[in-house]
Order: sequence, then structure tokens, then C-alpha cells
Amino acid sequence: MIQAFKMAMKSISGNKFRAFLTMLGIIIGVMALVILVSLVSGATGTVTDTISSLGSNLLTVTISDDKGAPVTLDTLDEWMADPQIGLAAPSATTTATGKYSSTTKTVTVYGATPAYAPINGQSVLLGRFLTQADVENHTGVCVITEKTAEDMVGYTDCLGEEISLDGRKFTIVGIMKNDDESLTGILTKDNMTAYIPYTTLMRLSSTVSSTITSFSVSAPADGNVTTTEAAMKRLLLERFEDDEDAFSLLSQNMLEDAMSSVTGILTVLLGGIAAISLIVGGIGIMNIMLVTVTERTREIGIRKAIGAGRGVILQQFLLESVVLCMIGCAIGVFLSWVVLRLISVMVASMGISFGLEWGVVAIAVAFCFAIGVIFGLYPANKAAKLPPIEALHYGG
Amino acid sequence: MIDLKDISRVYQVGSEQVYALNKANLHIDPGEFVSIIGPSGSGKSTLMNIIGCLDTADSGTYLLDGTPIEDYSENELARIRNRKIGFVFQSFNLISKLTAEENVELPLIYQKVPRAERKERVEKALARVDLQKRAKHLPTELSGGQQQRVAIARAIVTRPSLILADEPTGNLDSKTTVEIMDIFHELHDASNTIVLITHDDDVARQASRIVRIKDGQLTEVGA
Repeated sequence: MIQAFKMAMKSISGNKFRAFLTMLGIIIGVMALVILVSLVSGATGTVTDTISSLGSNLLTVTISDDKGAPVTLDTLDEWMADPQIGLAAPSATTTATGKYSSTTKTVTVYGATPAYAPINGQSVLLGRFLTQADVENHTGVCVITEKTAEDMVGYTDCLGEEISLDGRKFTIVGIMKNDDESLTGILTKDNMTAYIPYTTLMRLSSTVSSTITSFSVSAPADGNVTTTEAAMKRLLLERFEDDEDAFSLLSQNMLEDAMSSVTGILTVLLGGIAAISLIVGGIGIMNIMLVTVTERTREIGIRKAIGAGRGVILQQFLLESVVLCMIGCAIGVFLSWVVLRLISVMVASMGISFGLEWGVVAIAVAFCFAIGVIFGLYPANKAAKLPPIEALHYGG
Repeated sequence: MIDLKDISRVYQVGSEQVYALNKANLHIDPGEFVSIIGPSGSGKSTLMNIIGCLDTADSGTYLLDGTPIEDYSENELARIRNRKIGFVFQSFNLISKLTAEENVELPLIYQKVPRAERKERVEKALARVDLQKRAKHLPTELSGGQQQRVAIARAIVTRPSLILADEPTGNLDSKTTVEIMDIFHELHDASNTIVLITHDDDVARQASRIVRIKDGQLTEVGA
């Protein structure tokens, strides 16, 4: 076996340029497979990390049919008493024209309850967030973001100033920190944002009423989002006559699941295309092995004359084809590593890093081995079956 | 040693049957140096293929070293060739990618002889043909006579029952021919059995016994 391996190496190194051209198909195939799959999985990893860092303990409930039992602020308070549920806050927004002295801007106005800020992971920079009393008394107070304060009022420390939203006066009681960690925070970074009591928003906007159609729920500090999701679903089913279609319950886990199924399909697709190029490379190997067998017909004859059986010849040529494939595979994996490093360096600013996926490297190695065997078998068998007399007198 | 009885080998040429060998008989004792002489087309190659176990006869019996060679499978014939026969060909038939010593080593590798013993036997065989100094050379770096000596070393390294030489001097000039024939004489003196196939009367005459082949039949010359 060692002898046969040496002979295979000798035969390959005896014609380096041809061996390289033959391997090129395998090299390109392996690179396509390894690089594409590594890129997809690297990108997926980064995106998934981003999603889960956005706070995956948040559930969003949307009610489409309240069956005559509308959800109100009181209902949310009741639900918050459930030990498996953390906080619940309605989500209602409208846009209003905001004015401060001579500055006029379009402001996104959130109708909020005290639970809103902690659920969305936001914290107060100055002053306070809305209180239960604000909600109960429909007070005309608002909390604005740092960005809004700077852009509209002109400075951050503007507590006590009044801004008008659609003509109604609101006293600024708190400034929120700019939020660049949560999904909503990133999406609304440049928006003018104001939070007013939910009950006050009911008066400002015709589309917001005491009936809540959309709200967010978080898991308790010591609980996990799966049990909260189950508990929330149970409560909603109880309320809406066991009709699953009356509401929708969305968690970020679902987003991640959807994401991973999409990238899973992508990986299989790209992997499949790369596999095709590997098979094409394999045909190249078979082609050159057939040429080699013809070229070495006389050598095969000599070997047979001095006592090589069919098995020995078969093994020799099969090994040569497998070695050819495996060298191609090794070069391909190495070049993939180089390319992935280069890409990583180029996109370093995006905070995405691509490394070799060892899983796909293992698949590539196994696949190359199989290709070496499958496409080497026919030429090797052809060599093994050459009759010794004819082979011996071939070409001379 | 070699016992051919009523050996026939028929080739189908178009619709005609051509007898390359027609009930040929030949007996060779151990230690004999026999040359087989005949013009081309006389069935010489066919006889050599059958004696060399590269081919089997259509009818008749062939005993090599007491072993009947019949319808063996290709692998079994390969095994017999490997252990009992040492070939020397007209065109040397060395493997061009392998050095002299690797060429000589090859039949021992097929016999699965352990490495250390292989090295020792290869060295001895090369010394026998006086080529130790050329052991690491490739065939292309050797003269015709040297190549043929490597081929002889390869033939004797397995200590075969029979050395079968097919026109071993056909590609060599007269001076080298003498060298090679000297080696055969030495091998004969060391009680090896040698069968030499040739169309050259001068070469044939050097053997202790000459057999002529014509139209698929064998006749003793001067016996």
C-alpha cells in the first residue's frame, strides 16, 4: 500500500502541469463549495447574533377579532399579575406635527404606559418616564428622545419646556437615552419621537381607543420567553373562545427560525451548485486517467508480465486518481481559507467575520474522496483488464 | 522442468483458423540452456507466451516445474509468472519512471517480500550484472546494454525456475551482444534454466541445445 502510494505520487509528480490542470476542476469545485457555504453560514451567524442581541424575550401580540371582549389597559394589568408574564404594554403610534417656538417637525408619537420603557429596554437620561398617574389622568406630559430634544428644542436639558403636538401643549418631563441597541431603537434612530400617556394619545388620534389591538409582552426577569409565550397563548385562547385566528403571537424566536430555514435552503442550494462543479471536476479526472491508462499500456503490460495481478493494477490506478483528487481538495481548502481571510479583512468594518466551516470542509474531503474512487474506478478497471500480451506489445 | 505435450494454439483470422502452434512437443530439463530459433511468423511469439504463462494453450498439456498450467485465471497466471519465470525482452521493458534498483525491486514487491530482504536481494542481483554503481539511475540514463542488464537483474532477483529471454540481443550492437550472452552463460553455469528465443543463428548456436520452430511445429537441431 505504501509502495503503491509512492508510485502514485511519482506518477503524478512526473507530469506536474498536467496533474495541476486536472486538479483545477476539483480545486475550483472545492473552493466554490467551501467558500459559498462558509460565507452563508458566517453571514447567518452574524445576522442571528444581531437579532438575538435585540432582546429576544419580547413577544408581540396583535388582535384581529376581539369577539366582543376587547383588551383594555385593565386587562393588561390583570395579565401582568400572572407570574409567568413579565410586563405588557400597548403599542399604539400616530404621527403628529411637532412645534417648538419656530421649529416644526413631524414627530412619531407613542401612546405608552410605564411598562413601555423597560419592555423595550430603554432608559431615561433626564427626568422621568411616564407614570401610572399620567396614564390615569390623561395628563399632557411627554417624554422625548435625546435626538428629538437636540433637533427640536436645541439642547438636551429641556425639562419643563413645552412642545405642541398637533396643536396640543405637552410639558417635557423626561429625556430618553438614544437607543442604539434595540431593533426599534436602530430603526427609529433619526426619527423625532415622543412618548405620551396611552390615554392621552386616545384623545389626540382618532384611530387609538381604549380597545388595544396590539401590545408587547416580556418575560419575567427570572423566566424564559418560551413559557411566557405559552402562558400568553393560553390567556388569549381563554379570552377569545379558543379561536387561534383571532390573534397572532409573534416572538423573535420565530424570526430566527424563519431566518435559519431561509439560510438552510440557501446553503443547500449553493452547496448543490458547488457539488455539480465538483462532479464536473471528477469527469476531468476520469478523462485524464483514461489518457494515462492508454499512455501507460506498455507499463501495465510489463507489470503484469513480472507478476502484477489485476488487483494490484486496479489499486495502483485507483490510488492515483484518489490521490489526485485529495491533493486538489487540499489545495482547494487552503485557497478557500485564503479567500475567506481576504474577505474577512475587506468586510472587517461591518463586524462580520468569515472562517472555514469545518463541517463543509469535512463534506468536501469526503466528496472528493468519493469522486476519486467513482471516477477512477472505470479507468483503473480498464487498466486492470488489459490482456498482458497485448499490453506488452503495445506501441512496440 | 518444462514439458509441453501436443500444445496447440489457434487464432481466428477472419473466417479462417490459423494454427500458430500445432501439436507442439518440447521437454526441457532443469539447468538446460535451450535456444528456440525460427523466422518471424513461425509461432515463436506464441510459444514464448505459452511457456511464459502469458497465454494458455487451446489444447495439450503444459507442465512447468511439475505444475500443470491450464485454464488458470489471469491472477493465478500472474502469480506463477511472478514466482517461476524471469523475463528478458528484446526492448528491455523497464519502467521508465523507476530507477534501475526500483525496476529490479518491483517483482519482489509483488511477492510481498519484506523491505529489508528486498534491498539485499536487489543489491545482489545488480551486483550479478555488475551494475551496483548505476542503481539510482533511470533507464533513460543507461545505455542499451546496461538497460538489458537491469532487465536481467530483474529477471533473476526472484530466483525463478526459468529465465525466458525473447530476442534479448535484438536491439543491441555486436559488442554488447557478447556482453549479454556472457551473462547468460554465467547464469547457465550457475545452473539456471534458460530458454532463449531468437531468429539469429549466431546467438542460437551459443546454447547447449537448439530447437527450431516452423509452421507451429518444433524440431530438434543437431540432436
